[in-house]
Amino acid sequence: MKILVCISRTPDTTAKIAFTENSTKFVSEGVQWIINPYDEWYALVRAIEMKEKDPSMLVHLVTVGAVDTEPVIRKALALGGDEAIRVDAEPGDAYQASCMIAEVARQGGYDLILTGKETIDQNGSAVAGMVAELLDVDMVSLAVALECSEGKAKVTREIEGGEEVYEVPLPVVISCQKGMAEARIPNMRGIMAARTKPLRVVAPTAVLPLTVTERYALPAAKVGVKLVAADQPEELVRLLHEEARII
Amino acid sequence: MRKRELSDKSPDNFLTNSIAMAVLTYVDLNEGLVRKSSLEALCYGSQLAERFGCPSEAIVLGSVSIDLAELGAYGVTRVHHVADGGLDVFDTRRHASIVAAMARAIGATTVVLSHSLNGRALGPRLSVRLQAGYVSGVTSLPEETEQFIIKRNVFSGKAQAEVSILSPVRVLTLQPNAFGIRRGAGQAEVITGTTPEDSGRVHHLETRKVTGSIPLGEAELVISGGRGLKGPEHWGLVEDLAGLIGAATACSRAVADAHWRPHHEHVGQTGLAIAPNLYFAIGISGAIQHLAGVNRSKVIVVINKDPEAPFFKAADYGIVGDAFEVMPRIIAAVRRLKAV
Repeated sequence: MKILVCISRTPDTTAKIAFTENSTKFVSEGVQWIINPYDEWYALVRAIEMKEKDPSMLVHLVTVGAVDTEPVIRKALALGGDEAIRVDAEPGDAYQASCMIAEVARQGGYDLILTGKETIDQNGSAVAGMVAELLDVDMVSLAVALECSEGKAKVTREIEGGEEVYEVPLPVVISCQKGMAEARIPNMRGIMAARTKPLRVVAPTAVLPLTVTERYALPAAKVGVKLVAADQPEELVRLLHEEARII
Repeated sequence: MRKRELSDKSPDNFLTNSIAMAVLTYVDLNEGLVRKSSLEALCYGSQLAERFGCPSEAIVLGSVSIDLAELGAYGVTRVHHVADGGLDVFDTRRHASIVAAMARAIGATTVVLSHSLNGRALGPRLSVRLQAGYVSGVTSLPEETEQFIIKRNVFSGKAQAEVSILSPVRVLTLQPNAFGIRRGAGQAEVITGTTPEDSGRVHHLETRKVTGSIPLGEAELVISGGRGLKGPEHWGLVEDLAGLIGAATACSRAVADAHWRPHHEHVGQTGLAIAPNLYFAIGISGAIQHLAGVNRSKVIVVINKDPEAPFFKAADYGIVGDAFEVMPRIIAAVRRLKAV
């Protein structure tokens, strides 16, 4: 069985968010880059867990990005996976990235494609569905549990106020979220091994984006908190009722 | 009522009257009822249609327990309903192919979905199928009709982006709680369609529901607890207040990781991002990752005994005090207010 895990690079969760060039470009100077947490903790670690149970599985990682994304790919390889593929392009939108991932998937003939539920910078939740549609295969989103056997995947998915369990034949694309696996940190052996694992660079597919981000904006700062004395908590209830008109 | 044969195998059969423009809104159901987030999407779709001077139509897949003609109250003129073919099982591939076929059939130039758990799974598939630019988690209507530019939240709520769609057809998912519901008096024409019996490959095995709880993503009021509450045995303070005002309950990551509360209650950068009208945080310091998930809330209230807690900088109202002393008095005051 062959698994493809889609990896994206995102700014660290504590990174300062600022924009430049007329608010059209994210300020990346001084930003610590990490593997998108949903891709890492849930998609990648679940694939590694499955390979630990069945060492005959092949786990490949794919990312779409310029050469400066390679340190993050090596970090992912330090957690596990047999090899990585980097599509050498800086995608303009999720559609462009998905087309390139789908092309890698077609070439590799994977049974299972895993993504995080979204990236923490673009928050698009788009790649899993787009890749599935481009490959014309099934897709289950927001998975919290996954088992594969005999050419089928048993997937538990979040629904509003509960969970649903599905069975779907492979190949399938699954977007993963919290609950899927326990977060891990790479060990020294993994870090050493990652240095020599194959990292293949492939040329981008000729495809244009369908959307473009015109500009960014930061939310307006709060005018300041209205503090209520701790010995008068009833005043807070009055303010929420009469001033904010919210309860 | 008119009948229309819908085949999800040959969507191109519906490329008939595609010159006409329309907005098509996908209506996401919850046990036969229309979700609140879908009512918001319908209103958004109808206002968009009004702006473009074209009809607002809707599509509903699966069994319903309401009169779909009443969706006319949200500005739609026609509701296309396909109930058969095992469509109660959510199958992204089948659902997307039927919605795409309908979009082509009515010449829809914009397809609107809610950014609900189902909507965000269908949107990307639809966009590929229709060769349509996709923008998810939209928070605004386009300001002009010549260039289609809309706003969405990025960087987990720490920033906003203005995105323009370059393709002639567009697929949008609307951020829940970002767009008000307006109810009018209209009645919609309901057109029922059929589709071949279950040809999907996704088999539904089981549903586990947490009964009685308000879905966090759609909740207007949210009461949330953090490590400051010291243990799951003190969650009565959160639940009592939530019960009194009809709020959903949430928690910080530390609380979910400690298994004091279920993971689906975790809000923040790596949990759920929410934007309720009220976010009431008890014993949460407000780490940057937590703020990223809640800072789009309209009113933020913070109860924390540490005056240096970063959350106060993002709050509208706050009390620097011990939750175990303050909360019982707040709950009593709300109870008196609700008793009037």
